[in-house]
Amino acid sequence: MLLLRCPNCGIEAEETELTPGGEAHLKREGPGSDEVSFESYLFTRQNPRGVHFERWRHAQGCGKWFHAARDTVTMEVLGTYSAQVTEPPAEIRAEIERRRG
Amino acid sequence: MRRYSAFAIAREAARHHQGWEKAWRSPAPKDRYDVIVIGAGGHGLATAYYLGKNHGIRNLAVIEKGWLGGGNTGRNTTIIRSNYLQDPSAAIFEKSRSLYETLSQDLNYNIMFSPRGVLMLAQTEHEVRGWQRTAQANRLQGVETQFIGPEKVKELVPIIRLEGPRYPVLGALWQARGGTARHDAVAWGYARACSDMGHDIIQQCEVTGIRSENGQVTGVETTKGSIGCGKLAIVVAGHSGVLAEMAGFRLPIESAPLQALVSEPIKPVIDVVVMANTVHGYLSQSDKGELVIGGGTDGYNGYTQRGSFQHVEETVRALIETFPIISRLRMLRQWGGIVDMTGDRSPIISTTPLGNCFVNCGWGTGGFKAIPGSGWAMADLVAKGTPGPLAAEFGLNRFREGRFIDESVAAGVAH
Repeated sequence: MLLLRCPNCGIEAEETELTPGGEAHLKREGPGSDEVSFESYLFTRQNPRGVHFERWRHAQGCGKWFHAARDTVTMEVLGTYSAQVTEPPAEIRAEIERRRG
Repeated sequence: MRRYSAFAIAREAARHHQGWEKAWRSPAPKDRYDVIVIGAGGHGLATAYYLGKNHGIRNLAVIEKGWLGGGNTGRNTTIIRSNYLQDPSAAIFEKSRSLYETLSQDLNYNIMFSPRGVLMLAQTEHEVRGWQRTAQANRLQGVETQFIGPEKVKELVPIIRLEGPRYPVLGALWQARGGTARHDAVAWGYARACSDMGHDIIQQCEVTGIRSENGQVTGVETTKGSIGCGKLAIVVAGHSGVLAEMAGFRLPIESAPLQALVSEPIKPVIDVVVMANTVHGYLSQSDKGELVIGGGTDGYNGYTQRGSFQHVEETVRALIETFPIISRLRMLRQWGGIVDMTGDRSPIISTTPLGNCFVNCGWGTGGFKAIPGSGWAMADLVAKGTPGPLAAEFGLNRFREGRFIDESVAAGVAH
């Protein structure tokens, strides 16, 4: 079972306490955007075999959204971070670098 | 290739079974093929088989990273049915189901197709209305299904508890012509027939790159060297995204593990397939006596052929509610397969942005039943370069154009 530390309330939450929210840092497209970017926003996904940046909601806890970096092959959690960012912060990237060495 | 027959068994019995041939050749790759199919699972092998049989293509290789039939083809719960809601789905799945009926004869390989009937339980009023609608749709599509009441369900499945603790059984969608088949045999049968046609099946050969010139595919880089090709078919289920990235495009697909488990073998207790979508579990009994149980998909992306433990618990809990008799059974094995999920839960059989490169993926949690039909439609697409009637609606561009084949209600849970 996955254990993710919720950065909002600090609890080490079990997978069953959380709701997965899919790929993180998607660029939102609205009315007026062209078909290709709208398709990309709605359907096209990185789906990496490796590090995946994703959204989670601490649904059975504080109820807040956050981000996580997780390896989709090893299931290793490489860090969690605030939902209020548009890209992975430097310390998460550094941690991934360090572990991947 | 020597044909399998009752006479062959008698002949070999008389000479200590020394005369059986290997079912397929394991050749070294040639420098170039007219067509390369990546992925020797059911869909890849069926594509290769129908390219040979229906379109006369002989210079063809199927390349496989592991061993043939070792991915989802050997990991599913072998259910075959075609009771889908939307017309394009019903057409391809019914084609597939009808091909399964004669596949053993066609391949000269016993795939143990057992049309024992598939029951999809209705356990809420919503589900009753949903399955009644599907039964009506199926009637228009020429797919034989029937909505039946709880008494008939009990008659078909004596071990079922109709008055479940959470959800009573209110009826079911019954497809008498659905059933199961031996999944490994489907892969092996197609592989043997492909090899007999002269197709090369190259196992333990991982594709590491896709070569192209002026927007046309020219070949693949593999762990056994570089191989040229005229046309390329990517048929790799859960790893489609990885191959698409090599080919320079992206897919509307996310991969996640789907689990299954089997119990210890017991005497025959159930002779149909039962799917309970509301409580989420499905069950059939194999010829060996094991109960074959399908579970849930993880809600997040993953490439581990394992899955989350709580899904096993959920599935088993649901089945014990529905079939209390199995509560003392021990489970023998549990495993996962990587399924490729699209936004509308329907597959992709399509041309791609790269010329002469075709993709067949997105079968999600229900690919096994589709193997012959998928291979048939994909072979048509690869041979002609444009999709035929079965594949036409399943193009990649449907996501851009908003022409979804929405099966997430009809089939989003269990397969």
